[in-house]
Amino acid sequence: MNLQFADVVLQITTALYFLSMTGYLMFLFNQKPVYQKAAFYLISSAIVCHFASMVIYTVAKGHVPIHNLPQSLSMAAFAVGCMFWVFHFKYDLKILGVFASILLSAIMLAVLMLPDAPVEKNAVLKGFWFYSHIALVFAGEAALALACGAGILYLLQEKGIKTKNPGFFFKRLPSLDLLDNVGYTCLTTGFALLTIGLVAGFIYAKTIWGKFWSWDPKEVASVGTWVVYAALLHLRLYSGWRGRKSAVMTIIGFLIIIFTFLGVNMLIGGHHQEFTR
Amino acid sequence: MSKIILIGANHKTAPVELREKLSFTAEETVAALEKLKNDEDIKESLVFSTCNRTEILYIPETGEQVERIIEFISQHKQVDKSEFKDNLYILEGEDAILHLFKVASSLDSMVVGEPQILGQIKEAYRVAVANNASGVLLNRLMHKSFSVAKKVRKETGIGDNAVSISYAAIELANKIFSDLSQKSVMLLGAGEMAELAVEHLISHNVKQIVVANRTFKNAVDLAEKFKGKAVKFEERESALAEVDIIISSTGATDYVMTRDLVKRAMKKRNHNTLFFIDIAVPRDIDPKINSISNAYVYDIDDLKNIVESNMEQRGKETVKAQRFIEEAVVKFRKWEESLSVVPTIKALNDKMTSIVDIECKKTLSGLKHLDPGDIEAIKRMTQAIASRTIHDPILFLRNTGDHRDDSLYLNVTRQLFNLDIPDDK
Repeated sequence: MNLQFADVVLQITTALYFLSMTGYLMFLFNQKPVYQKAAFYLISSAIVCHFASMVIYTVAKGHVPIHNLPQSLSMAAFAVGCMFWVFHFKYDLKILGVFASILLSAIMLAVLMLPDAPVEKNAVLKGFWFYSHIALVFAGEAALALACGAGILYLLQEKGIKTKNPGFFFKRLPSLDLLDNVGYTCLTTGFALLTIGLVAGFIYAKTIWGKFWSWDPKEVASVGTWVVYAALLHLRLYSGWRGRKSAVMTIIGFLIIIFTFLGVNMLIGGHHQEFTR
Repeated sequence: MSKIILIGANHKTAPVELREKLSFTAEETVAALEKLKNDEDIKESLVFSTCNRTEILYIPETGEQVERIIEFISQHKQVDKSEFKDNLYILEGEDAILHLFKVASSLDSMVVGEPQILGQIKEAYRVAVANNASGVLLNRLMHKSFSVAKKVRKETGIGDNAVSISYAAIELANKIFSDLSQKSVMLLGAGEMAELAVEHLISHNVKQIVVANRTFKNAVDLAEKFKGKAVKFEERESALAEVDIIISSTGATDYVMTRDLVKRAMKKRNHNTLFFIDIAVPRDIDPKINSISNAYVYDIDDLKNIVESNMEQRGKETVKAQRFIEEAVVKFRKWEESLSVVPTIKALNDKMTSIVDIECKKTLSGLKHLDPGDIEAIKRMTQAIASRTIHDPILFLRNTGDHRDDSLYLNVTRQLFNLDIPDDK
């Protein structure tokens, strides 16, 4: 078990994600169920490989691979993969695989292209609260990524129906109701996970630095993201922001997440910075 | 060889009044099959009748018997021959098979690609079999028509697009709502159009039907018919809180649903989706309602546009379907030809010869001590056994005619000895 082996497995994983994307795109155009099935098996095996590569890395280095930007991205991709898997079985929304596999392939391509910054083992990054914080935040953001995917599909379908010009997507996408439901479930799941994840982060901060809040830019941005999603949920529940408005908001929310994930560290800095170096 | 003949009239050749006169009810079909079965000149027959066509498919014992069948229709339906003779198409052999396959694949339907026709043909076939009217040829032909129809449905997009207004509306509803059985429908206006639209929806099992009409009595009548609920026309705004699909067909000259009214109602229903289908001319539903979020308005012109673009799509798929059908016709003809006496006897002989050859080779290769004369004698003996074995069956097959159904025995022979040319289902 060594690092090179982990890298090779990660390359295989990426190849599988790309193959899966090809399968899903073929399914999108051709609508043959066999393509969708093949693509789903490919994405499932990619997720398993992905997990294996992270286990190999952890065993070899003695810590979880989230110490630089490629590793964090890879972890985020893994979280999206797992979430997609869960929602696939819950809703049988096959076409969401098109979004998921494109997103995963893009992230993994970035993971392989980015320079692998040297990793120093940091004694601070361990313990129950640290791992809870990481796992929950990544899982939550993955669910919100899928909410964005469902939102995009919703807007595509809605546009066709609203403009009375049902085109390419009309047959291929499910009903607006279903897409809205999936988006909503992803949203609530993601929001709940994110909330607990942030709380775990605060507790972790308290145990390490002795205070819950230190005005770290990432902390501010994360709470800002949380507030956006909280507002969206509130509007949806009490002001009837469902359908199109909700879909637009989940997409905007996810863009904010991407900014929080990458932009804040790169542009501003702070104690989360090293994860995305 | 037996001839397959098809005589019929459809929506392309006969006006609706005539088609009505010629159509066979279920009981009439059974009676007709009974008569045809007992007719010595008709070997196999099948009667197929829907509102768009009446067709009789048969295999005559001798000659063509076209006049006889026309006479039969005329007697059975009490219509004078001169009234419908010019509207008939009379197809023979390959043309008849081609036509049947087209009908089964819904290429000959009034609404091309509509899915009911295959079920209707299957039913006609079931009745023919139940009454012993069909035989080996027609059975095989009908089964082929089912499989080609299935292939066309599966591998072309011919059944994909809604090409009637009500189908288009239901397809839209299905892309807006995930489960129509959980949705309620309100009818504005209790006219014939509304009734027609709802009959389609009923087959999709909607949750509830609400009828609003200016004349309350008519609303009650229609609601009763669909086990729904009647409301006063003035109550339509409050009713909007509980329904999801609105089908409007009133004779009003003004909009009966305005943008402000729907906006108010939307708040009450927590902005849950509303789908308006406006089949009235002049329109009942203000088209501006479509700009309210989560409200969708389709009027009759919008639906017609969708139907038209679907029609175009369907035309392209038809070409593909045509190819499948032609392939199936060629295959069926091949099978049919193999059913004549000479090829069957030849296939039987070939099979026996090859068995004898293989077995002789196997045995003789282990008996090295035999001299060439012995080998020759053994070979002759085995060949003699084989040809004596099939001598009587071949004699029987050669002795054709005699008022028996040759195709039946030929088919049995081919099956018993497994002589069929490979045929993919």
